[in-house]
Amino acid sequence: MQPRRQKRLFAILLVIGLLTGAVAAMLYALQQNIDLFYTPSQLVDGLGKDKIKPQVGQRLRIGGMVVAGSVKRDPESLKVSFDLVDTGPLVTVIYEGILPDLFREGQGIVAQGVLQDATTIKASEVLAKHDEEYMPPEVAEALKGIRHVPPSQQQPASGSY
Amino acid sequence: MIVEAGQLALTFAFALSLLLAILPLYGSFVANQRMLLLAKPLALGQFLFCLLAMLALIYAFRTNDFTVVNVAQNSSTTLPWYYQITASFGSHEGSMLLWVLMLAGWTALVAQFSKALPLLLLGRILGILGIICVGFIAFSLFMSNPFERSLPFFPVEGRDLNPLLQDFGMIMHPPTLYMGYVGFAVAFAFAIAALMGGRFDSVWARWVRPWALAAWLFLTLGIMLGSWWAYNELGWGGWWFWDPVENASFMPWLAGTALIHSLAVTEKRGTFKSWTVLLALAAFALSLVGAFLVRSGVLVSVHSFATDPGRGMYLLVFLLLVVGGSLLLYGMRMNSVRSQARYQLFSREMVLWGNNIFLLTACLIVFLGTLFPLFHKELGLGSISIGEPFFNQMFYYLTIPFALMLGLGPWVRWKQQQFTPLVKPLGLVAVASLVLALGVLASMQSVQANLALLGMLLGAWVGVSALAEVMLRMRQFGSVTQGMTKLNASHYGMTLAHIGFAVLVIGVAMTKTYTEERDVRMEEGDTATLAGYQFTLVDVYDLDGPNYGGQAAELDVRKDGRYITHLHAEKRFYRIQRTIMTEAAVHARLSRDLYVSLGEELPGNAWALRIQVKPFVRWIWLGGLLMSLGALLALADKRYRRKTPPAIKQEVANA
Repeated sequence: MQPRRQKRLFAILLVIGLLTGAVAAMLYALQQNIDLFYTPSQLVDGLGKDKIKPQVGQRLRIGGMVVAGSVKRDPESLKVSFDLVDTGPLVTVIYEGILPDLFREGQGIVAQGVLQDATTIKASEVLAKHDEEYMPPEVAEALKGIRHVPPSQQQPASGSY
Repeated sequence: MIVEAGQLALTFAFALSLLLAILPLYGSFVANQRMLLLAKPLALGQFLFCLLAMLALIYAFRTNDFTVVNVAQNSSTTLPWYYQITASFGSHEGSMLLWVLMLAGWTALVAQFSKALPLLLLGRILGILGIICVGFIAFSLFMSNPFERSLPFFPVEGRDLNPLLQDFGMIMHPPTLYMGYVGFAVAFAFAIAALMGGRFDSVWARWVRPWALAAWLFLTLGIMLGSWWAYNELGWGGWWFWDPVENASFMPWLAGTALIHSLAVTEKRGTFKSWTVLLALAAFALSLVGAFLVRSGVLVSVHSFATDPGRGMYLLVFLLLVVGGSLLLYGMRMNSVRSQARYQLFSREMVLWGNNIFLLTACLIVFLGTLFPLFHKELGLGSISIGEPFFNQMFYYLTIPFALMLGLGPWVRWKQQQFTPLVKPLGLVAVASLVLALGVLASMQSVQANLALLGMLLGAWVGVSALAEVMLRMRQFGSVTQGMTKLNASHYGMTLAHIGFAVLVIGVAMTKTYTEERDVRMEEGDTATLAGYQFTLVDVYDLDGPNYGGQAAELDVRKDGRYITHLHAEKRFYRIQRTIMTEAAVHARLSRDLYVSLGEELPGNAWALRIQVKPFVRWIWLGGLLMSLGALLALADKRYRRKTPPAIKQEVANA
C-alpha cells in the first residue's frame, strides 16, 4: 500500500475503534443510569402491558400529589415522611434533608430514590418546581381527568387543608 | 402608542430581513453589483428597527403598561426598576425578541466590519444571515408577539417577574448566552457562502476565525454566568446539574470549541477544510437544537418556558430546513474540495484532529443523554430520566486522555514532529506538575489516591505545560523579553485559555471530592460544626423587601475559636407570585466557599439549614473566565485586522 493510503486506513480504523468503544461504554453507562418513572398506582400494580413491578432496591423516580395531612416530621432531626397518590393506592416516601421551597401538601412532586419495600421509597432527592402552577408532566398525564387546581386559584373555603 | 410603534418597528425589520434574504443572494448569482451593495444598508436598517422594537418593549415594562399581556404576566409596579428592564427578556416572547436583536446585531457587525471581504462573498454572507433573520423575526412576530395587548380587559397589577430571575446574574446571563448562541450563525453563514462559491482557503479561514472566536467567547461567558447564577439562586450549592437546558448550551459550546481548533488547522495549513465547514454547520445547528429544546417544552427542565406545541413545531421545521438545506449543499459541493497539505502521523494536525474527536464524542454523549429520555417516551417505553452519574462517569473517562493530549498539543510542530526533542522538556513539565500537585495536596494534608489527586495532576500538567511552552517560544526569539513582544496575541490567548481549562479541571475535581454538606436542624444559639468551621445561628427575623417578605437568618462563623465571618441567608416569599425563594449566604475565598441556605421552619422554633463547605469552587468560574479572556486576547491579534492583499481579493471575487 502507498504510505498515504496506509495512513488513511490507519486513521479510519482508529476512528472506528474509538467510536465503537465510546458508544459501547456510553450504552453500558446509560443502562446503569436509567431511572424509570412510576406513579404510585404504577408502582403498586406494575408498569406497562406486562405489569412489571419494580424490585426492592431498584433506583427509580416517583411522581404524585402529596396527600394532605400525611407529612410527618421527626422533631429531633430533618427526617420526614409523606404519602403520594395519583388515582389509587398510596405510596410512602421517606426523606432526610431540606424539602424544596415549593413542597407543600396537595402539590405535585417528583422524588428520586430507592425502593425500600413494596410501597415505601427512600428518597435521595425531592423535586418541586419553582412555580406553583407547575405539575410534573408525567404526573399530569397519569392523573388524566383529575384537574390540578393551583393554590392561587383555589377558593379559601375549599382550598385550605 | 409606543407599543404599537414597537410592533411596527418589528414589522419593518421583518420587511428589511426579507429584502436582505432575497436581493443580495439573487444579485450574487446574476452579478448585479447594485443589489450586492444593498446588503449593508439593509443589515444596518434591520438592526436599527429591531433595536427600536426592543426599546419600545422596555418602555412598556418601565411604564407598567399592563394592557400588554407580556408586561402584565412578567412585571409589577413593586418590581425594582432594573428588574423591570430585565423582565423585558424574562419571558418567552421577550427573550425571543432579544434573540432577534442579537441576531440582527451580529448581522450589522458583519456588515460594518468586513471591509476586507470581497463584495460578492459579503453579499452572500449577509443574505444567508438575512434568511435566518427572516425565520426568527417571523417567529417573534407571528408566533410569540411580545407586544400583544389584552384590551379591553386588563389587570391593574402585573403578575410580577419569576423570583428566580430577580438576580444580578439574570441581568447578565441571557444576553451573553444569546450573543454566543446566535454568534455561531455568522460562522454558519460564512460556511454556506463559501460552499456556494466552492472555495475554501487560508484566507477564508482567517476571515471566519475572529467571528467564531467572538461567538465562543460569549457562549463561554454565558455558560459560566449561568452556572454562577444557579449556584447563588437555586439554593442547593450546585454549579452544574446536567439539566437538559444546560446541556442545550453545552452542545454548541463543545462543537464551537472543536470549530475554533479546526479553523486553526485550516488557516495555517489549508487542510481539514470539509471538516471545518461541517463543524461550522454543526455549531449553529446545535444552537438551534438548543432553542428548540428550551422553547418547545418537549423536555422537563427548570429553565423551560411554557409549553406551546405550535411554537415547538415551528422551530423544529425551521431547524430541519436549515440543517437539511445546509447538509444538501454540503454534500453537493464538498466532494470537489481537496486538501493538498501532507502531514505525518505525529504532527500538530493529528493532535488537533484528536482534540476534535474527543470534543465531538463529548458532544455526542451530551446529545444522547439529553434526548434519550425523549425518544424512550415517544417510543412508548415509559418515562425515564438519565441520572447525573451517567454524564459524570463519561466525562471522567473523556477528560483524562483529553487533558493529557492538551498538555502535549502546543509543543507539537505542524507537518511532522520527532519524538526525541520533546522528551526532555515534557519530562521536565511532567516532573514539575507532579511536584506541584503533590505539594499543594500535601500542604492541605490530603494526599490520597482520589479524584482530587487526579484532577490536580491533570490540571498541573496542562497548566505547567502551557506556561513552559510559551516561555520556550519566547526564548526562540532570543530572550524572554525580546520574545514577549514578538509572539502573536493569539498565542497568548491560546495559552491563557488552556490555563483556564487547567483551572477548571482542578476546581471541578477539588469541589467534587472535598465538598462537605450537612442538613441540620438548628434553634437560635445552636452551633453546627462542618469541616472545622463552627456555624452559630445568631438570629432569625422577618424580612420586608419591596416585593417580597420572608425570613432572614444571621450566622457567625468561627474556626478554632477565631471569628471568620458573618453570614446572612434569606428565605424570601414573593407576594404576587406566591413563591418561596432561597437566597443563600456565601462567603467566597479562592480556596473555599462557605455556603448556607435557610430551609423550612420546623416545629419547636427551629429551622432547617443546609451548610456546605466547598473547596476550590471559585476555580470553576475562574477557569471559564480565563478561557473567555484567552479568546478575547486571541481576537486582539493583528492579523485579523490586516488588509487582504489585492491579488487575493481579486482571486476570491472571481470564485
